Amino acid sequence: MDAVFLTFILMLAVLLGFELISKVPATLHTPLMSGSNAISGITLVGAVTSAGSGGAEMATLLGTFAVVFATINVIGGYLVTNRMLGMFKKKESAGK
Amino acid sequence: MNTLVLINLGYIAAAVLFIVGLKMLSSPATARRGNILSSLGMLVAVVVTLLGEGIVEYQWVVVGLVTGGGIGVLAARLVAMTAMPELVALFNGFGGLASLLVGCAALFSSGGETFTIVTIALAILIGGLTFTGSIVAWGKLNEIITGRPILFSGQRAVNALLFLVIGAATVMFCLDPSNTTYLYVVIGLSFLLGVMVVIPIGGADMPVVISLLNSYSGLAACAAGFAINNIILIVAGSLVGASGIILTKIMCKAMNRSLVNVLFSGFGAATTSATTFEGEVKPMTPEDAYYVLEAASNVVIVPGYGMAVAQAQHVVKELQELLEGNGAEVVYAVHPVAGRMPGHMNVLLAEADVPYDLLLEMDTVNPRMETFDVAIVLGANDVVNPAAREVKDSPIYGMPIINVDFARTVFVLKRSMASGFAGIDNPLFFRENTRMIFGDGKETISRIIREFSN
Repeated sequence: MDAVFLTFILMLAVLLGFELISKVPATLHTPLMSGSNAISGITLVGAVTSAGSGGAEMATLLGTFAVVFATINVIGGYLVTNRMLGMFKKKESAGK
Repeated sequence: MNTLVLINLGYIAAAVLFIVGLKMLSSPATARRGNILSSLGMLVAVVVTLLGEGIVEYQWVVVGLVTGGGIGVLAARLVAMTAMPELVALFNGFGGLASLLVGCAALFSSGGETFTIVTIALAILIGGLTFTGSIVAWGKLNEIITGRPILFSGQRAVNALLFLVIGAATVMFCLDPSNTTYLYVVIGLSFLLGVMVVIPIGGADMPVVISLLNSYSGLAACAAGFAINNIILIVAGSLVGASGIILTKIMCKAMNRSLVNVLFSGFGAATTSATTFEGEVKPMTPEDAYYVLEAASNVVIVPGYGMAVAQAQHVVKELQELLEGNGAEVVYAVHPVAGRMPGHMNVLLAEADVPYDLLLEMDTVNPRMETFDVAIVLGANDVVNPAAREVKDSPIYGMPIINVDFARTVFVLKRSMASGFAGIDNPLFFRENTRMIFGDGKETISRIIREFSN
């Protein structure tokens, strides 16, 4: 794909990201961070491509390691965010 | 061709799920569902990639997924809530490392166009710096490495030189990508850069660093996306990059400092304020504190990193319930940079079942500070230091603080008279309306609770 097109996508996504996040209340800063951190594990898609494309041995090796690290990032990030968010309760529903 | 269309449709679905998920993360009521949507987006993206015709062998992919998945599940399950900043830093580092590896692997399959090589170099640089930077941050948060800024003479010169060398090495690498020596040099230098960038930053500035590294891990994924021509990496990576930058900005604003100042000043290293504060410290026993609290009808609790260290969030919740049972109104005032990562205190109090609508932000609490009978400062110091308001030559002058000194009585729960993380004296301790309750925070509150039950 052409570089200009990809850069175009990049600019739109960055601006969208700014818009989405600027209104998050302080209470949710940690889950937001760990949740978006899990999204940054999207590099897993690239890792899978390298590990499974049956190309050069070196690419497969590097790709496999990348899959391991990216999966830790993705799975761990989403689970821990979910665990944290499960603890947030409003006054009425809290109780003892 | 059909599979390619299918893959791209899947990526579009994933991108929509990420965006809606992030949007839903901005309200406590929908946040959990938002996170689940975003994880579905990830699932869709990975599955359509696996279905693509580019994937011919699955064994290594499966090995990687199972290994990483197992480690991730264990880490997420076992970690204590107080260790959350460390875990987030570590996950971040792994994301960066994965992008670096993807960049390297792309080198073997790319056609060698200059644009691709440049983006590979960027993925390696940002990924490498995110990795070692996060590891150093993890070490600092764990106190394996000192939380104090590590400074040495000529640091700026060394860093400037490092930047120049990295620039030169990157150019050489881009001109001759087949020469692996340049590749290794770029990787090594990016690792070194990550270390150099984070070591001069003090523990109290960690919220800024963590959010910045979060942003970098997104940008690294984004660069890797350019390197392998993958739109979903670019979209998701830049969403994360942008959100990290916003958080970083919020944190810097809460400290009234610029990002450059946080990154390069080595705040808290040798801050020798010209003014030292002297006066009479009025200590108080938890038993006497109980009598004051029993008569109070409005109480505000200001938690800080000390609460996390003392693991005091559960006893605080217990005290809150006793006070409420006694007819008092209890709220919490949370400074944006209290603790070691953005929102750190909120997570700890949520763990102790404190409803999030009792957690007020600084700007909500300050205007009504005079109405509180008692302000309990628990393990916070710099974020309640009136010097930030009054003493022009104080290193934290201008930083917005929670004005606890305007409350009728202030209880400061503290281990000793030592100054806070930033190493700055706190005139709050000598105020007429301040009472110091020395000892471990958890122990002190437990003693007050015992008085209530007597």
